[in-house]
Amino acid sequence: MKYVCLVYGEESQIGAMADDDCMSFDAGLRAEGVCLSSEALQPVRTSTTVRVRNGRVAITDGPFAETKEQLAGFYLIDARDLDHALEIAASIPPAEVGCIEVRPVRELVSTTGKKHVVADVQGRK
Amino acid sequence: MGEVGTAQIREIVDQVYRAESRRILATLIRLLGDFDLAEEAMHEAFAAAMEQWQADGVPSNPRTWLISAGRFKGIDTMRRRSRFEGSAPEVIENAEGERIDPAEMIDKGIEDDELRLIFTCCHPALSADARAALTLREVCGLTTEEIAHAFLTKPSAIAQRIVRAKAKIRDANIPYQVPAARDLPDRLDTVLHVVYLVFNEGYSASFGDALTRADLSGEAIRLGRVLLDLLPEPDVMGLLSLMLLQESHRPARSSDTGDLVLLEHQDRDLWNRDMIAEGVALVERAFSTRRVGPYTLQAAIAAMHAESRSSEETDWAEIVALYDLLLRAEPSPVVELNRAVAVAMRDGPDAGLNLIEAILSRGELAEYHLAHSARADLCRRLGKLDDARASYRKALALTQQGPERRFLERRLSEIT
Repeated sequence: MKYVCLVYGEESQIGAMADDDCMSFDAGLRAEGVCLSSEALQPVRTSTTVRVRNGRVAITDGPFAETKEQLAGFYLIDARDLDHALEIAASIPPAEVGCIEVRPVRELVSTTGKKHVVADVQGRK
Repeated sequence: MGEVGTAQIREIVDQVYRAESRRILATLIRLLGDFDLAEEAMHEAFAAAMEQWQADGVPSNPRTWLISAGRFKGIDTMRRRSRFEGSAPEVIENAEGERIDPAEMIDKGIEDDELRLIFTCCHPALSADARAALTLREVCGLTTEEIAHAFLTKPSAIAQRIVRAKAKIRDANIPYQVPAARDLPDRLDTVLHVVYLVFNEGYSASFGDALTRADLSGEAIRLGRVLLDLLPEPDVMGLLSLMLLQESHRPARSSDTGDLVLLEHQDRDLWNRDMIAEGVALVERAFSTRRVGPYTLQAAIAAMHAESRSSEETDWAEIVALYDLLLRAEPSPVVELNRAVAVAMRDGPDAGLNLIEAILSRGELAEYHLAHSARADLCRRLGKLDDARASYRKALALTQQGPERRFLERRLSEIT
């Protein structure tokens, strides 16, 4: 079952972590076959937020909300069950200074009963 | 296996229900993978038993019969639903794939299911409120109304908590299993916490005139025994011991008029000696593992009281020493308060009062009625009657329980 692990933390603390550690952790996850996709994000000062209301596009500088901990990256994983997903989340290096939100992926189902199946970048379903 | 009358069959089915329904439910939850489906299937199975045992006689293993019947009815229901909702066929495959081995039907296998159910209901991914409510509902079989009464909330609030918890188990795919060894210590801690919460609700009702609810405490002790049987860990021994030792006071804890009787005034001849013996043996066993946690320490304190002939003959110095250890293991103002009361017994009311005032002046336990009643008692013993009256009034303002209020009012009237 697919889960997203959203990595949150205070930017100063996450920023202090060595990229090498994150890279080797990520490689390990992929080797295990549990990681479908993952990225680290640039700091929130590079963020821009878009809202469309009544046909008008509003663009603001910064993240959607000013919070102490900000989104720093994510992992899309395929785990046996929640316990397995939590185990993976606990091993993500920033878990030690920030927190990881683990949320199951929702299969979109159209009113005709058809499930939404997306091929990934390599064309795999 | 001849024909038996309807009334007799009903009696037998009722007996089986009382003795086995929880374990049957736990196994059906595992086999069918869904709480509500399992509950429905179990009720259908018992209904079928009422009909068929009359004609065919009572089976030699009623539990196996009921589980088998429940499983088939559950699968049937899933098939019917899949025709309407287009749900995943693999769910039905899993339920059918699990063949019921006669070997699986031995007691141990089914008790494992109860353990799996307890751990699932107490999963840390569920909110703390939800864990207790779900455990009481699914493991202990309490009704929503009974749970609401225990936790001072409306049945609708409890119902909502339970529905949400079941939805989370399903949607986030919380697995139905006993945790792996490395996760066990933390997960067991959560379970023990819920069990003790249930026990405490039974031991002293939070409001109203019933001082105790024997059935909840009995349930908690039963859960403790189930846990101990499958996980003979020292913390489990400690908790079960603590519950047994506290429960052993039940016959002496309230007077004929339903009034509160303090430990120091209880008729110790009324204490349940079998429970005390069992509790003491368990705490000794826990200590021998050299892994002594907070429950075991609290049990040791309870054991000291249980084995003393009177309040005067109690080794208060030893009890204070145990509280010192407990404070290191689990620092909390309530433990500090209990230690202060023991210090008062060992060193005199002045020493105890100083400790309690220190806690209160830090701003802790201001809303805890027992802190004020303890302060009141010590002030009374020291002849500081104005302070005593003020504290009794504060305590009264903070408790709604009938017997406790009557006790405090009586004490207050004695010095007014």
